[in-house]
Amino acid sequence: MSRGAIHGWLLLLPAFALLALFTHWPVLGTIWDSFHATPKGGRPAPWVGLENYQVMMADEVFWKSLWNNLWYALGTVPVSIALAILMALWVNSAMRGRTWLRMAFFTPTILPMIAVANIWLFFFTPQYGLLEQVLRPFGIASRNWLGNPDTALACVTLVAIWKEAGFFMIFYLAALQSIPPSLAEAAALEGASRGYYFRRVVFPLLMPTTLFVMVNAVINSVRLVDHIFVMTRGGPNNATSLLLFHVYQVGFSFWDTGYAAALTLVLLVVLATVAIGQFVFLDKRVHYQ
Amino acid sequence: MRNAWRLLAAACASAALAVAAQVEVTFYYPVAVGGPITRIVDQMAADFEKENPSIKVKPVYAGTYQETLVKALTAHKSGTPPTTAVLLSTDMFTLIDEEAIVPFDGVDTSAYYKAFMANSQTGGKTWGIPFQRSTIVMYWNKELFSEAGLDPNRAPANWNEVLQYAQKLTKRDASGAVTQWGVQIPSTAFPYWLFQALTTPNGVELMNQAGTETYFDKPEVIEALQYWVDLGRKHKVMASGTIEWGTTPKDFFEKKTAMMWTTTGNLTNVRNNAKFDFGVAMLPEKKRRGSPTGGGNFYVFKKASREQQAAAVKFANWMTAPERAAQWGIDTGYVAVRADAWATPKMQEYVKGFPVAAVARDQLQFAVAELSTHDNQRVTKALNDGIQAAMTGTKTPEQAMKDAQAEATRILRSYK
Amino acid sequence: MNEASPRPSLSRHGAGAQFLETVAAWILGFLWILPLIYAFWTAFHPSEFSTRFELLAPLTLDNFRRAWEAAPFARYFLNSFMLVTMVLAAQLVLCTLAGYAFARFEFPGKEIAFILVLLQLMIMPDVLIVENYTTMSRLGILDSIPAIGLPYMASAFGIFLLRQTFKTVPRELDEAARVEGASALQILWKVYVPLARPVYLAYGLVSVSFHWNNFLWPLIVTNSVSSRPVTVGLQVFSSGDQGIDWSVITAATIMTSAPLLVAFLLFQRQFVQSFMRAGIR
Repeated sequence: MSRGAIHGWLLLLPAFALLALFTHWPVLGTIWDSFHATPKGGRPAPWVGLENYQVMMADEVFWKSLWNNLWYALGTVPVSIALAILMALWVNSAMRGRTWLRMAFFTPTILPMIAVANIWLFFFTPQYGLLEQVLRPFGIASRNWLGNPDTALACVTLVAIWKEAGFFMIFYLAALQSIPPSLAEAAALEGASRGYYFRRVVFPLLMPTTLFVMVNAVINSVRLVDHIFVMTRGGPNNATSLLLFHVYQVGFSFWDTGYAAALTLVLLVVLATVAIGQFVFLDKRVHYQ
Repeated sequence: MRNAWRLLAAACASAALAVAAQVEVTFYYPVAVGGPITRIVDQMAADFEKENPSIKVKPVYAGTYQETLVKALTAHKSGTPPTTAVLLSTDMFTLIDEEAIVPFDGVDTSAYYKAFMANSQTGGKTWGIPFQRSTIVMYWNKELFSEAGLDPNRAPANWNEVLQYAQKLTKRDASGAVTQWGVQIPSTAFPYWLFQALTTPNGVELMNQAGTETYFDKPEVIEALQYWVDLGRKHKVMASGTIEWGTTPKDFFEKKTAMMWTTTGNLTNVRNNAKFDFGVAMLPEKKRRGSPTGGGNFYVFKKASREQQAAAVKFANWMTAPERAAQWGIDTGYVAVRADAWATPKMQEYVKGFPVAAVARDQLQFAVAELSTHDNQRVTKALNDGIQAAMTGTKTPEQAMKDAQAEATRILRSYK
Repeated sequence: MNEASPRPSLSRHGAGAQFLETVAAWILGFLWILPLIYAFWTAFHPSEFSTRFELLAPLTLDNFRRAWEAAPFARYFLNSFMLVTMVLAAQLVLCTLAGYAFARFEFPGKEIAFILVLLQLMIMPDVLIVENYTTMSRLGILDSIPAIGLPYMASAFGIFLLRQTFKTVPRELDEAARVEGASALQILWKVYVPLARPVYLAYGLVSVSFHWNNFLWPLIVTNSVSSRPVTVGLQVFSSGDQGIDWSVITAATIMTSAPLLVAFLLFQRQFVQSFMRAGIR
């Protein structure tokens, strides 16, 4: 190897070592542990082959969590991206009070989820919660928002959208600012409407940002479970149980580390599939300047 | 001159020995009630050290009950457990299975209330000493009772009366929306515990003493669940769907419910925040009176050294001595764990000024053990899910309990 | 590209539609900030007013006192501060070195190494809690602040960002410095790092807010007060026997979010600008 190559590896080594230890090694460890049962007492873990996976197939809570996570992702990803674009467009325009708007939209990012979840719990409390107080003059009946399996997941999704949209807005804002104003002027001269200008010019130029934001949004739909701990604890009857929450329950409440590893592996496979899918699919439609 | 040096050397040696002989006891404890609990615990530890200079106590505030268990078990698994910890009485089997704790040998437990010892002993050994324990009681709003034409000083005494009273107490506005519910029995966080407030009066237990069998599908259990579900879905005197544990006290203060069933640990909280006259009563009976116990015990960990274990036992005994048990009860609202604590002058004065404090104690004669089995968290979750399925109408009570029983049997199979 | 260059109005509908749009935006903004407004209201008023909003209600600081006493927040603040500082410092160093390697050096296995690094973008330490917990246990550093920070110190996001940034530095500068006899590290320090300053700022802000608010992994990996960050400490208010007291919780929330909130309010413009200059697209 040339001296340049040696230097290259040396520069990379510290970061790579940590990555190997805390990302690559655990992935391998997860696969390995998922084929073993949980060690009890001081005894080592016995090999059980596919038994953990068989348990998983029969585990209703697992399937419910997977299904819930799918809905959760379908709810948070498109909506938070759409809102983020809308917010960025507004904040970037000549609108009055846009500095204040920018601050308002971004504030959820700074607040710790575990704390705001309590506030949202108040918003959804039946009878005297904020949502109820607002809806009552409109004659909308009181509902047990978080205690009803039909509405609980939607409420939890709403909180996640609220938390994320402002963060994504910043990326879109940066991207919008780098679009030369000459494009807008040219479109105006040719008589294009705002909608047309957005659809044909702005949105395609935002594609790289959208790809980046979408990856982030999907990752967040898997890792953002803090509010579940406070608002519903996975209930009612697992209606708001998400995969990572179930992993925590199995791993650190039931202490079944073997099964938790199997569940984690499913999580990893889902993430990897989505990553590959997104890059392959969207890469074709991305316009680079 | 040489004598002086010898004397000095001897003094240093004995000081060193004394320091070396100091045993350190790490003590994990949860905080489940409001108030400056950490300060109180630190003070108690300091008082203990004064009386026992050879023992150093290090109290570690570990969060909620659930968190404290996680902390203690993860510390145990990585080889450095605490010497002692206050954990839920229901965690006993889990701790035994993980080979984390040692039994209290030769400790006299006759002074503690029998009801509290039920979750603390198995296989003829004592594994935990009661420290902060509770039962479920029924709180009622005397003002709202008067408004509804009921005697404000009389709580419903049985299930029929609960229903009747609740029907009178449920108020609706012009559009038919409920502005005040008659009764509220929460079904999140610990649904199984509140469930025991119904199954025990119906004369049935949910598990055996060895923690290897459950009885979720017994007819009396299903009947109790049906009663609970009907309150909401059929008689409409309680909100339908699952009712949040955390907001139930607030609902009571806001007069959104006239009666609530919750822990005695809430007593001080209700006293401070209820802007109306309220009463506290034992749970209403069906076939008998009854309530599950709740709360935490002292446990001593196996991987601690012999001296540390002995010191921990001494600490646990000291913390649960009559005067301190009484003081802890007054400070926190938990039930003082032994009869002689209630006989202390301080406690008698407290009860005179606040008579409802004695209700939980009087209920102890009817109290039973809290649901506790091997692999407790898993079995409890199966029951919780079943209860919530019934409360939300996803399953009938019978189906929900049959499924829960099947799941529990499957989990407990390897422990028989 | 300066900040306040609004797009020219292409609307054909005139002032009416613009007004409606402004109202819509303001309503959304209000909804978005509502939880924070509620937090401020409830934290400064006694318990009875946590659910009713009477304008003339008395103000109080008692909730803050109660929140402060309920848990050792001073220590939690210190822990969080040490955590985010430690993590950020390590990230800056490690990601700079790695980004430089990917941007300017050729070495065998570079492509594969880059893909392996990008893996962490998708598979964050948050989903590997069970395995990483075992690793920490074996390393013997459970229940310490480094244990919270270590899995995040080599950040794929940081490496990716800096690689992109370093790639845009003109090679002439590089060569000019090399001609003057500078070593690779000196070039890095003298040429590349100064040019990437806005990126460092943007990345730093993202990293700090992420780690200040991180909950699940610190929950699992810390046992005692000496290592617990502020978010884990907040959880104590969520699961008491006495139910939820919103006055105390919101007081605690404001206490723990205050540093970030203040920092954001003061540095809002720099924050956004650094994102833009970083060219994160």
